[in-house]
Amino acid sequence: MNKTFARSECLTDAPTHFCPGCTHGIAHRLVAEAIEELGIRDRTIGIPGVGCCVFMYTYLPIDVLEAPHGRAPACATGMKRAQPDKIIFNYQGDGDMAAIGTSEIIHAANRGENITVIFINNSVYGMTGGQMAPTTLLGQQTTTSPYGRNFQTEGYPIKMAELLATLEGVAYSTRVSLHKPKNVIQAKKAIVKAFEMQINQMGFSMVEILSTCNTNWRVSPIEALDVIENEMIPYFPLGVFKERTGKDFL
Amino acid sequence: MTEKKLTKGNIALAEGAIQAGCRYYFGYPITPQNDIPEYLAKNLPRVGGTFIPAESEIASINMVLGAGASGQRAMTSSSGPGISLMQEGFSYIAGSEVPGLVVNIMRCGPGLGGISPTQGDYTQAVHGGGHGDYRNIVLAPASVQEMFDLTIKGFELADKYRMLSVILADAMVGQFQEPCRLTPENPIVIPDKPWALTGRAGRKQQLLKSLYLGPGEQEAHNLDLQRKYEELRKNEVMCEEKLLDDAEIMIVAFGTPSRIAKTAISMAREQGIKVGLLRPITLYPFPEKQMLRHSERVKNVLVVEMNAGQMLTDVKINSHKDAKISFYGRPGGGIPFPNEVLNEIQKALEK
Repeated sequence: MNKTFARSECLTDAPTHFCPGCTHGIAHRLVAEAIEELGIRDRTIGIPGVGCCVFMYTYLPIDVLEAPHGRAPACATGMKRAQPDKIIFNYQGDGDMAAIGTSEIIHAANRGENITVIFINNSVYGMTGGQMAPTTLLGQQTTTSPYGRNFQTEGYPIKMAELLATLEGVAYSTRVSLHKPKNVIQAKKAIVKAFEMQINQMGFSMVEILSTCNTNWRVSPIEALDVIENEMIPYFPLGVFKERTGKDFL
Repeated sequence: MTEKKLTKGNIALAEGAIQAGCRYYFGYPITPQNDIPEYLAKNLPRVGGTFIPAESEIASINMVLGAGASGQRAMTSSSGPGISLMQEGFSYIAGSEVPGLVVNIMRCGPGLGGISPTQGDYTQAVHGGGHGDYRNIVLAPASVQEMFDLTIKGFELADKYRMLSVILADAMVGQFQEPCRLTPENPIVIPDKPWALTGRAGRKQQLLKSLYLGPGEQEAHNLDLQRKYEELRKNEVMCEEKLLDDAEIMIVAFGTPSRIAKTAISMAREQGIKVGLLRPITLYPFPEKQMLRHSERVKNVLVVEMNAGQMLTDVKINSHKDAKISFYGRPGGGIPFPNEVLNEIQKALEK
């Protein structure tokens, strides 16, 4: 019988600590497959943020530096400048990147640091128990927005892919989702492209991934997929917001 | 004879960093240390180095973490408010055992404070700052030559112990000019760093991290750190002991106050008062044994600082139990004149 699918050599067989139903494990798998397909495992160094992604080194058998909360783009800057021949990527959640780490992500992007950033947007602080994040949707109830997010008091959900696309240093900024197989395939392509941007020294690349957090959303895993389709995507549209095709910045 | 050149303290430090093999500088402007980034912005590219004007001190220290984790000698410099912002990074660097060097050309606080010379950040550098049970190597230059030499020493110790070295200098030492030998006393040797994150080619996965959640793991990690600090205390203490053999009074001072104290000591000795100086060069590790030995013998210990009494705590902890200790401090940018110190010497004598 032909083998049509196997675990990537860049993914360990450790059971994930993610809640059942969470799509975070899929995101890890896609990153692992991209690293394998591009043949960059032995020269890739990952820098996860603080949150559910912090145990990334358990699942991706590559060198990993743990960064302070929100500071991964600054750590990646130091590391990429010191080792320009290595592939350096950040893996950050929405609290990490879009709240505490906005300064670091914007300036790393604006400097055009030749790094790749995987950004998990699940609209809450997952690991700490579902508090309101900058990406929390209007009306969405969380433990710290128990009456629903109100724009008059908490402002609007922040759109990182669009925001970063405005910066000259950015080579690639896109938003994908993991709620349907078709979208998972598209997400994989986006992740591969983001790493290729770095390999080709095009500058900063970022993939925003809409991911479920069924535990903190208080819905079933299947309902969580519908939440992405019906509630997240209308506010966070999928698509490519910037893509450099040549080294037009030179 | 090695040629000496009239050099400003901050410039000697920056040149020392280049000679030490530091090729990565990340920093944010703040007075009174701007000569350091300006010198390195100009001179690092000439030796193939990288200078990044970072968006904040928070970013600077994390860039140091990233470059240090890559096995490279990296540094940042700042002053009071900027150093406060870096404390999160200090803690992570300590926890993940990454070498690096941070320069604090102290300005006075609290808050925005002022830009005159002070030593108000002793406690932050030596006893704390960030969260957790950790230590930094703290070196206190008192001359332009030491700004050069101790920067090199700081990189050596940082690599040897996989720790952060802090150069803690007051703005006087940073800003004044003195003749300085701008070549290293010993050849620079950068050790191999097999722990560095360089990609897993030819070996297993490596991690640099500070999160340990398993039962007992974090305690074991902390005890390992403490053992390392114990080695540091055993092997790396540096201090100057001057005219202490016959001294009845021992002044303890670091940085600029130690220079002022030396003048006061000469004045006192002309009057027949036997005064000596203990000058810690490493504030951490503190010269504990020297402190105990001399304080047991002298009649009085006089601590002189440009703050309200911060090193004083370490002097008290490490002095003989019967030692008489007095303190003279000028916080908030005040600089003592030698005759003020002489006056304190005379007062200590009457005790």
